[in-house]
Amino acid sequence: MGERKIRVLIAKPGLDGHDRGAKVVARALRDAGMEVIYTGLRQTPEQIVTAALQEDVDVIGLSILSGAHMTLVPRVMELVREKGLTDVVVFVGGIIPQEDIPKLKALGVAEVFLPGTLLEQIVQAVRQIVKRPLGTSE
Amino acid sequence: MATKEATSHLEEALNRWEQQTLQPTLARLPERAAEFTTTSLRPIKRLYTPLDIQHLDFERDIGFPGEYPFTRGIHPTMYRGKLWTVRQFAGFGTAFDTNKRFKYLLEQGQTGLSVAFDLPTLMGLDSDHPLSEGEVGKCGVAISSLEDMEVLFEGIPLEEVTTSMTINAPAAVIFAMYLVVAEKQGADWKKISGTIQNDILKEYIAQKEWIYPPEPSMRLIVDTIAFCTQEVPRWHPISISGYHIREAGATALQELAFTLRNGIEYVEWCVRAGLDVDAFAPRLSFFFNCHNDFFEEIAKFRAARKVWARVMRERFGARDPRSWMCRFHTQTAGCSLTAQQPYNNIVRTTIQALAAVLGGTQSLHTNALDEALALPTEFAAMLAVRTQQIIAHESGVVNTVDPLGGSYFVEALTSEMERGCYEYFEKIDAMGGMIAAIERGFPQKEIQEAAYRYQQAVDRREKIIVGVNEYVLEKEPIEVPILYIDESVAEIQRERLRRLRARRDNARVQRTLEALKEAARGTENTMPYILECVRAYATLGEICDALKEVFGEYQEPPF
Repeated sequence: MGERKIRVLIAKPGLDGHDRGAKVVARALRDAGMEVIYTGLRQTPEQIVTAALQEDVDVIGLSILSGAHMTLVPRVMELVREKGLTDVVVFVGGIIPQEDIPKLKALGVAEVFLPGTLLEQIVQAVRQIVKRPLGTSE
Repeated sequence: MATKEATSHLEEALNRWEQQTLQPTLARLPERAAEFTTTSLRPIKRLYTPLDIQHLDFERDIGFPGEYPFTRGIHPTMYRGKLWTVRQFAGFGTAFDTNKRFKYLLEQGQTGLSVAFDLPTLMGLDSDHPLSEGEVGKCGVAISSLEDMEVLFEGIPLEEVTTSMTINAPAAVIFAMYLVVAEKQGADWKKISGTIQNDILKEYIAQKEWIYPPEPSMRLIVDTIAFCTQEVPRWHPISISGYHIREAGATALQELAFTLRNGIEYVEWCVRAGLDVDAFAPRLSFFFNCHNDFFEEIAKFRAARKVWARVMRERFGARDPRSWMCRFHTQTAGCSLTAQQPYNNIVRTTIQALAAVLGGTQSLHTNALDEALALPTEFAAMLAVRTQQIIAHESGVVNTVDPLGGSYFVEALTSEMERGCYEYFEKIDAMGGMIAAIERGFPQKEIQEAAYRYQQAVDRREKIIVGVNEYVLEKEPIEVPILYIDESVAEIQRERLRRLRARRDNARVQRTLEALKEAARGTENTMPYILECVRAYATLGEICDALKEVFGEYQEPPF
């Protein structure tokens, strides 16, 4: 009972091994008082959504720098819907061309963070979007 | 460098200056910050004087270019004799697309090629592997077989152009493909020249595109080095890379220390395999990053040469002066570029490129302005090449050797870098070497910590990033054009692979793969066997899988 900590899954889908951003963001969210699970490298969309379900997270943060986001993010969003994770907020961070941002948002991605985003902006965005009322956790 | 008497005189003079000139100014006008630091967050003093370099002996520590310890450069005349190689990293889509970009860059005056492979290729996966979905041709060119490699270098004479290939875990296979293309062009292996990155240790530390565990990976590297020493004597079989270590968040010192320590590890393994150090050391090369902090970067390059020369001569007993030389390629820092106000990236890259040149690099890649958004467009790539040409032909910095040598500040920073390296070497040696250090996550944790500290400094605006945490625009006035890699690339690749597998002699492919596995189980050099697989048109994925059967796969330890 009481206010549960925001639970975040940080994942790196695809083959990209550049995990600096993912790890820095994971640590910043943790320092901001959230519970953060980092899946490690090269997770398939299936593995990510399964982990999100098992860990009962509020947020999935996907970090992609390889350009594969228009294949991997739609797949994650599809699985999120299939598994009924309708309350879960999805963020994307990485090297994302401007013109893909509206496309990702149309898929239901809450926010896209580009290189140069301050940690504080990410922490604020997560807090604002995840407004879990008191005492709603199991 | 100074006598005791001169030193005490200078100390007195400095004291007097501080009391009489500095203090009244500080009382009236305090400095902008309590502490000034480099990009790596190392403290910088207000003023450097001969006192900061009094521990240096000119001939021993700074010396003359082209002579031990090469602090001032590996060539006596440096850029007065020959400019650095303009080597822009390029690769995207199919081999056809990249072949066209290569020819464009050569027409623009680029003097060497540098191949970027896509992630499936870097991981030793064919374009039609399920894990390759969405990644084919995206951040590099897709190469799955000799057939792709033939297209990649079609119409490019390999005896005349030098090629650098950024490939690590499957480096031996990609190199074998290159050699077979050369062979088919009728080129003499003894005459071709270039570099394969082939640096697996930095993969475990930073870039994280690995296949096999460390020990068999090291064996493949020793095999390629030994093979080159015999068969491809002008080839650089390894480019020991700090670039990715820096991009992962390391400080300048961490980049330098971990890279050189990785170099030590490779030399140790080769020597243990029975190679004579002077037979291969002149063909080792390095690859560094160049970030924004102008003087810190210049000092890093000068220290690199000095430390490596000492390591090769004292630790390994190399006798050939060419074995002592740290030759390196430099790339400006991708991680310093911003998606915000992207045209600012041209300015950042110019400053970084200038530091690389003042640091004495042999080869340079300047990043394009759009790289925080996507792969470079043709226009952005040309502008990046022009940046180097302007430095080379208009700035005048190339007209004398090591123009910053003797600067109190630069020499003091160079010494600090040098000292910092030996401290890291001692720690890693005490852990039992680099592989043991990697297994316990030592360099990884050091880098993660540095990355976080840096980001916090940016968040707190202790470090100003123009357009990001200061001088921010609500709305970007100009949109930058983007290079788009279409999903049709993957379809073309899958179709080419289907046809290749139907056309080739599959029994021969199987035989060559079996022979390779047999060699991998033993101690023979694997290169001739990999070459046979390639000649039979076995795919990259098939060859890497064969080795995986014998060597196993690497799992990152949790930390």
